[in-house]
Amino acid sequence: MDYVKLINCMRCGMCLPACPTYKETFLETASPRGRVALVRKLQEGELDQSARLLEYLSLCIDCQACASSCPCGVNAGELVAEFTCERKAEDRLSFMEDLVLRKLLPHPDRLEAAIVPMRLYQRIGLQKLVRTLGILKMFPKPLDRMEGLLTDLPERPLRQVIQADMPARGAVRGTIGFFLGCVMSLIFSDASRATIKLLTLLGYRVITPKNQVCCGAPNMLSGDLAGLKDAARKNVNIFGGFDLDFIVTDCGGCGAELKKYSHHLNEPSVASFSNKVRDISQVLTMHADELKAILTPLPLKVTYHDPCHIAHCQGIRKQPRELLNLVPGLKYTELENADACCGGGGTYNIEKPQMADLILRRKLDTIRATGAEVLVTGNPGCLLQLKKGLMDHLPQVKIMHLTELLAKSIGV
Amino acid sequence: MNPSFIKELQAIVGQQYTLSDRESLAVYGYDATPELESRPGVVLMPGSSDEIARIMRLCHGAGISVTPRGSGTNLSGGSIAGSEGVVVQTSRLNRIIEVDEENLTATVEPGVITSALHREVEARGLFYPPDPGSMNISTMGGNVAENSGGLRGLKYGVTANYVMGLETILADGSLLHTGGKVVKDVAGYCLNPLLVSSEGTLGFFTGITVKLIPKPQVKTTMLAHFPEMRQAALTVSAIIAAKVIPATLEFLDKVTIKCVEDYAHVGLPLDVDAVLLIEVDGHPVVVAEEAAAVEAICRKHGCSFFQTAKNADEALNLATARRTALSALARLKPTTILEDATVPRSCIAAMLKVIQDSAKKHNVTIGTFGHAGDGNLHPTCLTDERDKDEIARAHKAFDEIFDAAISMGGTITGEHGVGMAKKKYLPRLVGESGIRVMRGIKQAFDPKGILNPGKIF
Repeated sequence: MDYVKLINCMRCGMCLPACPTYKETFLETASPRGRVALVRKLQEGELDQSARLLEYLSLCIDCQACASSCPCGVNAGELVAEFTCERKAEDRLSFMEDLVLRKLLPHPDRLEAAIVPMRLYQRIGLQKLVRTLGILKMFPKPLDRMEGLLTDLPERPLRQVIQADMPARGAVRGTIGFFLGCVMSLIFSDASRATIKLLTLLGYRVITPKNQVCCGAPNMLSGDLAGLKDAARKNVNIFGGFDLDFIVTDCGGCGAELKKYSHHLNEPSVASFSNKVRDISQVLTMHADELKAILTPLPLKVTYHDPCHIAHCQGIRKQPRELLNLVPGLKYTELENADACCGGGGTYNIEKPQMADLILRRKLDTIRATGAEVLVTGNPGCLLQLKKGLMDHLPQVKIMHLTELLAKSIGV
Repeated sequence: MNPSFIKELQAIVGQQYTLSDRESLAVYGYDATPELESRPGVVLMPGSSDEIARIMRLCHGAGISVTPRGSGTNLSGGSIAGSEGVVVQTSRLNRIIEVDEENLTATVEPGVITSALHREVEARGLFYPPDPGSMNISTMGGNVAENSGGLRGLKYGVTANYVMGLETILADGSLLHTGGKVVKDVAGYCLNPLLVSSEGTLGFFTGITVKLIPKPQVKTTMLAHFPEMRQAALTVSAIIAAKVIPATLEFLDKVTIKCVEDYAHVGLPLDVDAVLLIEVDGHPVVVAEEAAAVEAICRKHGCSFFQTAKNADEALNLATARRTALSALARLKPTTILEDATVPRSCIAAMLKVIQDSAKKHNVTIGTFGHAGDGNLHPTCLTDERDKDEIARAHKAFDEIFDAAISMGGTITGEHGVGMAKKKYLPRLVGESGIRVMRGIKQAFDPKGILNPGKIF
């Protein structure tokens, strides 16, 4: 790790109020400033790689709110992730990590097969099977709390049923490669269907290569840099086979990871891939006028939660709000601390359920205060975490992906 | 630290709030002051003032030192404990106990975040003016202990001007009440001002009552660009001489402007030598008049571009950007040594010249920003802690800057405190008799010397 990145932290503490785990604990070890200091002291030899030190670092949810708040440009979240990767490079992957990260995620068909029992569960109540699927680490624990979510599983993953080449409606404006995230395909397929519809309505031909693989974000979360690079090379090759204007995703986590491919692989084809990646909200705002013409009234009280992977990692805050405000009749209320993490954090809500619940509770309090009927967001991790949270504590509030709400307003 | 003593402390605050593992202690050895670090013996996070009193009694008996700590954003090493000392972090004591709208006061616990108090009182049309750069994380206890200033000091003063009452736990664990909600009080020595800015060496604040004022109805935020630094400095003096007292009159030099703009993207100019950020507030009619006067003075003194914030968001962005100046300067070099030498405001231009000359003479990069209207500048040396030679040169430059400030009738620190960082300069400023009186006061409050030892003198 680059030592200068560590000593650039001047310990001003501006990151502390942005950090969800510091807010809950007031512990320096649970703050971005403290984490940078821990890694630095480890490098300097003042501390050694104790189990306790690793435990402290593992409390970081990697929401990167600290990076947004750091005036000197230190990204504590990324430094911790980088440290985890370097450490993992020395270790071997555990049996479970190898199974999930190497044998399952890079193969969409196997991943989809693995989720079949979950759909069976919906019908015949085989809880035991669901528990075995805990190895997927894609759903918060305890799994019995997730029963409500599971009933929403689509009949078949979107990847299997989607038309790989969707022609534009009307005059052709350009061609988009659609990056279909695993969780979007497996669970939130209605949202991704809406995304594709919106793009074709706006005159884009949408190509969804069926052989695309997981973006690699779960690999990064587990410190498996080699696995991420494999995924990146595969996806760059697959999308490189088409002449595309943009590569679009409606998954904040995938978008953040795809845009960062070029940080890990210094190759021209990778840079050109990453440069083309857009979050769906970025493309839609380019066509605000056309959208405005087709949006119909939706008299709903709506608020928006900024996913960390969209606001902090991609710096996208204005576009989703702009789009919501285009919808006639929609009453938009800004959420207090809208860009504070919801506690989802990829697999964080499984690994640190107590902390995740504390963070979630804070988020739910702000949602309650808006009086909104619909909470809109743009990342499947947040959708999972917040859907469950709302169901338990604020059942009157519905949650929707941004594209679902827009599609509803258009009536498609 | 002796494990059995830690056990006794743990019995007071509970295991969850007693940190004594190597890793935790390692990250409680610093605050925001560069170059200073010292690992404490144990960190405690009490949940009540009663627990603090019991901690003090126990430590007093054992002769173990105690250092209060809020969020650890101190800039003079004041929240760094001596090795083997006890750090008491106040974060859990974060209740706003009362906002008294009839008496215009607020009473808070020491761990309340400054901006949280702002939000609470402003929602009721009231105003607590002190706003240190770190107000989104700094604690009220720390603000009182350091007598923190901020961007609104010119018109509204500093923390000391707002502290009305204190509940303080003394070194032996006994309780001291000073002041209260009364506007007038001449019963005996006036102890509040003594405790404010005592840097944790006289007592541990557990309750703080501050004065509130009505919230100004409107404010206008302006930004003036100057091709030359001197023009900006002269403008500052001219504004004050014209009997306009802006709430905020902040100065940023070219180096600072670039760093802040890199982070905040608020449209600061990259081709000028200095900008002034000016805010006037109050009654709409007065604000309009004062804003016009400010603009005229700026233009008269060579301002090349004058901008008035169009709305509250734009104003907030400018002020927020200014608050990040210190940290933003760290974008250029890993280590930033920040000082807050303060001079009578008429001497601002002369002081800026001294800073420039010293930087040049000792071949160091100094970015300067600060509360120009208060004569309180923050020359910040951009350096690298690994370059020992450059660090030594930086300290030489600051030596000269402090001497110049003293000779102009100024002070070595306007708002960050003496702490450990400026100990060696204090005798130059206050002389032998000053140190003697201060030591006498310390002796009266804390004869065993267990409260935040090693600070001030």
